[in-house]
Amino acid sequence: MPTNQTLEERAKKIAAGGGEKYHSKNAEKGKMFVRERLQLLFDEDIDVEDAFFANCQNESLPADGVVTGIGRINGEKVCVMANDSTVKAGSWGARTVEKIIRIQETALKLNLPMLYLVDSAGARITDQVEMFPNRRGAGRIFHNQIKLSGRVPQVCLLFGPSAAGGAYIPAFCDIVVMVDKNASMYLGSPRMAEKVIGEKVTLEEMGGANMHCSVSGCGDVLAKDESDAIAFARNYLSYFPQSYRELPKKTESRQPAPFEKSIEQLIPENQNAPFDMYQLIERLVDDASFCEIKKKFAPELITGLSRIEGRPVGIIANQPRAKGGVLFPDSADKAAKFIQLCDAFNIPLLFLADIPGFMIGTKVERAGIIRHGAKMLSAMSEATVPKISVIVRKAYGAGLYAMAGPAFEPDACLALPTAQIAVMGPEAAVNAVYANKIAALPEEDRPAFIKEKQEEYKENIDIYRLASEMIIDDIVQPNKLREELACRYDAYETKDVIFTERKHGVYPV
Amino acid sequence: MTEIKASMAGSVWKLVANEGDQVSDGQDIAILESMKMEIPIPTETTGTVKELKVSEGDFVNEGDVIAIIE
Repeated sequence: MPTNQTLEERAKKIAAGGGEKYHSKNAEKGKMFVRERLQLLFDEDIDVEDAFFANCQNESLPADGVVTGIGRINGEKVCVMANDSTVKAGSWGARTVEKIIRIQETALKLNLPMLYLVDSAGARITDQVEMFPNRRGAGRIFHNQIKLSGRVPQVCLLFGPSAAGGAYIPAFCDIVVMVDKNASMYLGSPRMAEKVIGEKVTLEEMGGANMHCSVSGCGDVLAKDESDAIAFARNYLSYFPQSYRELPKKTESRQPAPFEKSIEQLIPENQNAPFDMYQLIERLVDDASFCEIKKKFAPELITGLSRIEGRPVGIIANQPRAKGGVLFPDSADKAAKFIQLCDAFNIPLLFLADIPGFMIGTKVERAGIIRHGAKMLSAMSEATVPKISVIVRKAYGAGLYAMAGPAFEPDACLALPTAQIAVMGPEAAVNAVYANKIAALPEEDRPAFIKEKQEEYKENIDIYRLASEMIIDDIVQPNKLREELACRYDAYETKDVIFTERKHGVYPV
Repeated sequence: MTEIKASMAGSVWKLVANEGDQVSDGQDIAILESMKMEIPIPTETTGTVKELKVSEGDFVNEGDVIAIIE
């Protein structure tokens, strides 16, 4: 920069980011300038900005392509790093990396949430020795993320590419919001894939937002545009405390809007017929408070944040409408991460069980369903926040265990009057126990025999019997479930438990 | 043209749409029976059922094509 420029002139240039053509190119794709994004994200604007003059002696690299600092969301302070893709495509040089590391260290010191607004082509190869292998090189960003994990919320908003090493920033965040069409995540670009392994594939297919939010599970929320992504982040943070040392903030209770059908009318009598679990959730939580996570991924299990009488509660619910609500490797994985997220930040858990069990068959065994299931059980078991399990219709086999059944120290295991808890359902059980006897009977006698044995079996697993044996803690009138849950979460508020003494578990990942 | 695939392994319990039917996004095409549960298989697109690839009673694996919608 010429030495005769005033401070104001210099600052103005830096605040404008990269060249005009990069601004217009971004605008064509529906991408906002980094400083606009920050204005939308914060209540007002960034309060404190760090290293604004980083690399200011090189005029082509304003702020070295990243904005870092502190601002406020819903009145609460958060730390942020935001790539400027108008500056060398948001690529990382030595000072870019140092700025990111410093704001992470600030988040750690101040116990503030850390937000990553990613839109970056990755490392500047020309700067590699200064930014890649060293102690305060890019690797330290990930090391810091891992250190921050569970201490403060970490949120990634992906507006553009997140390539190669950079793809690990989202991977270490609690939640990744991807903007449809623009956001992508990949280790090797399609061009590289073609050169190195001979695969011809499009970016969207290989690392696009839609793919990651529905197939790989690397993305959690698919946003339709940048404003949508930012609005999601602001709402998401409202369920969280600033750090693990605090409790999430309560808001005013909002009754769910009146529904035509009550919970009782909603649940079909036939255990095997599907019903829509979303409709039950809507009737339990405060009006419009359900904030779903991983909606498009493994839909047989629903995970989301909500409020019950103003108190944040994380919900894990089987969805009989999708794959019968059976647990698969992906849904077990989805549950494990969500449970850890809520437990880390003192958000109580609610399990809504309507589950025939874990999936069986060659395909899932080869996919390692046993270890994925074990992962879900570990997370659920270790969670020390208030946790309530509600058996909505059925909980069979290991499904009961995965959904915080009685053995896993839930604060309460409740059941609706029609609930069934058993190793397996009546049809399967009678089949298993009396297979030889059924085969020996004349064909015409079989249905009556099967029906009789099924009735006997149902009596044996009768929910009042389980309540009498104190296996379940209460049988709840379906239409009173919301009030019951609110009272219980209030009662369990002072829960203070350390799961066990050790360095850490050896997790079945 | 969209292929509607089985979301999980199971047997075809009921076909609830016929070839030539007009169907809209979210409407069930077939119901599988798996893990003792009824598993609805909805279409993800609006159109006409061009072809049903399975019959009632067939075993289908996850990902097998059940119907083609045009």
